[in-house]
Amino acid sequence: MNRINQKLAEDKKLLSIYFTAGYPSLNDTVKVIQDLENSGVDMIEIGLPFSDPLADGPTIQESSTAALKNGMTTNILFDQLKDIRQSVSIPLIIMGYFNPMMQYGVEAFCAKCQEIGIDGLIIPDLPVAEYHEQYQETFEKYGLINVFLITPQTSDDRIKFIDSVSNGFIYMVSSASTTGAKNTFGNAQQLYFERIESLNLKNPQIVGFGISNNETFTQATKTAKGAIIGSAFIKHIKNNGVDRIGDFIKGIR
Amino acid sequence: MTYQVNEKGYYGDFGGAYIPEMLYPNVEELRTTYLDIMNEPSFKEEFDQLLKDYVGRPSPLYYAKRLSEKHNTKVYLKREDLNHTGAHKVNNTIGQILVAKKLGKNRIIAETGAGQHGVATATVCALMGIQCIVYMGEIDIKRQAPNVARMKMLGAEVRPAKSGSKTLKDATNEAIRDWINNPVDTHYIIGSAIGPHPYPDMVTRFQSIISEEIKWQLKEKEGRENPDYVVACIGGGSNAAGTYYHFLDEPSVGIIAVEAAGKGVHSGESAATSQLGKEGIIHGCKTLLMQTADGQITEPYSISAGLDYPGVGPLHSHLYKTGRGEFYSVTDDDAMTAGLELSQLEGIIPAIESSHALAIFNDKKFNPNDIVVISLSGRGDKDLNTYIDYFKL
Repeated sequence: MNRINQKLAEDKKLLSIYFTAGYPSLNDTVKVIQDLENSGVDMIEIGLPFSDPLADGPTIQESSTAALKNGMTTNILFDQLKDIRQSVSIPLIIMGYFNPMMQYGVEAFCAKCQEIGIDGLIIPDLPVAEYHEQYQETFEKYGLINVFLITPQTSDDRIKFIDSVSNGFIYMVSSASTTGAKNTFGNAQQLYFERIESLNLKNPQIVGFGISNNETFTQATKTAKGAIIGSAFIKHIKNNGVDRIGDFIKGIR
Repeated sequence: MTYQVNEKGYYGDFGGAYIPEMLYPNVEELRTTYLDIMNEPSFKEEFDQLLKDYVGRPSPLYYAKRLSEKHNTKVYLKREDLNHTGAHKVNNTIGQILVAKKLGKNRIIAETGAGQHGVATATVCALMGIQCIVYMGEIDIKRQAPNVARMKMLGAEVRPAKSGSKTLKDATNEAIRDWINNPVDTHYIIGSAIGPHPYPDMVTRFQSIISEEIKWQLKEKEGRENPDYVVACIGGGSNAAGTYYHFLDEPSVGIIAVEAAGKGVHSGESAATSQLGKEGIIHGCKTLLMQTADGQITEPYSISAGLDYPGVGPLHSHLYKTGRGEFYSVTDDDAMTAGLELSQLEGIIPAIESSHALAIFNDKKFNPNDIVVISLSGRGDKDLNTYIDYFKL
């Protein structure tokens, strides 16, 4: 059983953290992953940096640009992660844009992920229809769970289609925004969370975008299985370096 | 072989809509409605009327006698430079602002590099009384001060793109992010034949007025609708797409695309995407683009701000891959020389983008009886400082 599915089966609300690989320094990647697990995080999204991250707000853009400037590449990331399963057991997901994966070769990329022990992928600019028609077989061949995003604007029918193609969880974008754009949740978000809950999807949902603190984490996980924090964590390591990761996680739950 | 977009939004292997889910409803709304809107009689009537009375169409098809003599062939210039706002860009912005109105949008965003598309967008927004926000790279804002001033005078807000390389591709990223954050009331007017389906097709259709007019104008002048060649410069490729459109399925018409080689195709400072690019994803479509081996999009260079885009539209990638189009690349120097030549032979100062198309005579020899139509996509007023610096005028 994939580590993601195992984790989702646990009777608790999940905290997942996104960070950009190779940031703040090129070789921080493994330390960040290890410290996150040691701090009690349930799942990690490892960001493969891209030159043109068009779904991301300023914080993740900046960390991506910095990581590329530090020299991060797909090969270097795979190299950094080659022994990661000797020290880390929680689910690991690579999150990145499709072009770098295409250039690596989609099948080669998936094979490498399996070899290292990556459990899933999140590719915001690979649409569900293209995935379903062209890539789903390859992803499944290498045991990878592909995670799709839904937003408050996604229709019920489309959500049901996404649910049918998914076999892990659904990444529920909290509001119409790029990453990191909001600090609190209003009534509209609550209604959206309730609407999704009422659809009784087969895949659990994990909320992302706009989760930054205990308050938003608690709100988001009232109906959802878990929540993902990205920009707020990156800001924390930008300001405090990578030695106080536990402090940030303690503040969330 | 077809050169039309298929129902999934592809030209052969290129195109599609590689967009984050946050953009799906906007793009889907456009995809499911654009053809119906464009075919409505009331839409056509208003579009045609504005092209005629506001833009000043039809643009002349001008027989360039002295240029023809010099290059020993028959050269016609399609005078898009005489359009209101000085380039072909306005054909598309008029079309898209009318689409936006039909969709009930009350806020317009656009990206711009040199500022021509920004000005054309600000112009139609002023015309319709709709709020306009133009994203422009911070570096381009400094390079293109007169166009920034024009946009402001037209009532648009110019927002600097400060991310990445701070040029056109980053302005496009910022516009896309704005659209993600404003999914309901906003229409994004993309300025070239790029972006997720249906944009390349929609922009191409609005620009196809160029080849539609060439057909009947040439019939009047030469007794035949089809020239032997149509020639256009390509950045993203909107003027080229419009210039080729009605000739794509006419095998007797040679299609010639001229890219910017910058300081030389292999100099490291170039925008010759078909020569330097590989298949990949940029701004929502699968196409040829300039990138590192690792799939990071690289920054192109050309003396012409309108051609330094790291990709080409998916139609053009298809024309390149199938061999339907002949692709050439022209250096800064050759383009500048061709611009000066046209100025002094015909009394027309071209935009530096268009000068690239005019430099085709260095690379391709035509027969004396060939009819060669070159798209003169824009006028050179905006480039005067570049010409002055280059020629020490």
